Amino acid sequence: MDLVIIKYNAGNIQSVLYALERIGVNALVTDDYEKIKSAGKVIFPGVGEASSAMRYLKEHKLDTLIKDLQQPVLGICLGMQLMCAYSEENDTTCLNIFDEHVRKFIPPTGGEQGGAVGGHSHAGEDAVERLKVPQIGWNNIFNLKTDLFKELPVNSYCYFVHGYYAALGEHTIATADYIQPYSAALHKGNFYGVQFHPEKSAKAGEQILKNFLNL
Amino acid sequence: MLCKRIIPCLDIKDGRTVKGTNFVNLRDAGDPVELGALYAQQGADELVFLDITATVEKRKTLRELVNRIAHHINIPFTVGGGISSVDDVSALLQNGADKISVNTAAFKDPQLIHDLAREFGSQCVVLAIDTRQEEDGEWYVYLNGGRTKTDARCFDWAKQAVELGAGEILLTSMNHDGTKAGFALDITRKLATQLPVPVIASGGGGAMEHFVDVFEQAQADAALAASIFHFKEIAIPELKGYLQGKNIEIRPV
Repeated sequence: MDLVIIKYNAGNIQSVLYALERIGVNALVTDDYEKIKSAGKVIFPGVGEASSAMRYLKEHKLDTLIKDLQQPVLGICLGMQLMCAYSEENDTTCLNIFDEHVRKFIPPTGGEQGGAVGGHSHAGEDAVERLKVPQIGWNNIFNLKTDLFKELPVNSYCYFVHGYYAALGEHTIATADYIQPYSAALHKGNFYGVQFHPEKSAKAGEQILKNFLNL
Repeated sequence: MLCKRIIPCLDIKDGRTVKGTNFVNLRDAGDPVELGALYAQQGADELVFLDITATVEKRKTLRELVNRIAHHINIPFTVGGGISSVDDVSALLQNGADKISVNTAAFKDPQLIHDLAREFGSQCVVLAIDTRQEEDGEWYVYLNGGRTKTDARCFDWAKQAVELGAGEILLTSMNHDGTKAGFALDITRKLATQLPVPVIASGGGGAMEHFVDVFEQAQADAALAASIFHFKEIAIPELKGYLQGKNIEIRPV
């Protein structure tokens, strides 16, 4: 069964390819319409900016192709966000596979004093956690649903790098918490999307990739 | 909750890992790929590979090494050392690096940070700063692996770099590096609390409580160390267990 990684103007595609190699799976990186259409499974990766990515997909007729895919599809990070209806990142209309909207993280300002900015607050007693945007690093995922997370321990940790997020909704199959709870993963029919990077999430990520391949 | 990160740093020379004390007296500590994979397995959250001789000798970071690392390691990694152009960065990212760090070249041409952020996104642009506190109490920026002093204040440069698009700061205190007496808490805290990007504290981590201090008191987002890991003075699982016991949010091993 052919596994295809969609090639477009986004970074990080090699990393996905290498991660698959590490679990013993070869994939084809391509933007060829027919090859994507006839693949057994499709991964839609990506690190980048939403509007330029959508423009590229449209120019290459990949937008309608992706929406119409019938086989299991896994969107990663920007790929997942592009599968939503809309992104606030440069006011971008996306693929509308998931009807969720993608919004920018707004750091909490503490309401009155702008949090710890100023440098004179005390660090102790769990002072207001300073949350930076983008979120960079490992966060736990919970409320895990579907076989994408099969055999994953509750509160598994995955690696996130993102400044925009999809809110919780009917398609949420994993939750993470940063500033507020949000969708760490989405699912509808044959489409799956994860906000984190399974290709960089150590053993947990490898398990998720294996699970996707076994869907 | 987002976790504090533990980041082993592998200084690279001629494709091998080395670590000096105060940037001199280098000792060989093994093969970067094997060592990196071992750290990943032990629970390291990220890795940093610094080609420490690159700037001085005008060598390009070994792209083949980066490619080999990318094939073998299942956690994010940053590559730095002698990076001075968009083309350098493009090649490293294409070979599988997740982030790159810039230091001297960015100071000499701050536009580089802007260009890199625009081309590849801020999330992969780490600004490394080597800083030393002088007798006047101020922290100054040093270049060329700590060999060249500048008149720039550390905080001012970090702030400017963030405005230009740096997505993370890797802050090394030269006063503390190699001492194993603890991280530079005051300057780390200043950057970590006043800048809107994550700060990786580096230099001086020698005991497990130093990591507690740098996370709790200095509010660093990540802590980087080299020789204590290379020479097994502190094992990463042991360190993470200790931090968890102190109620610091950590990705369990």
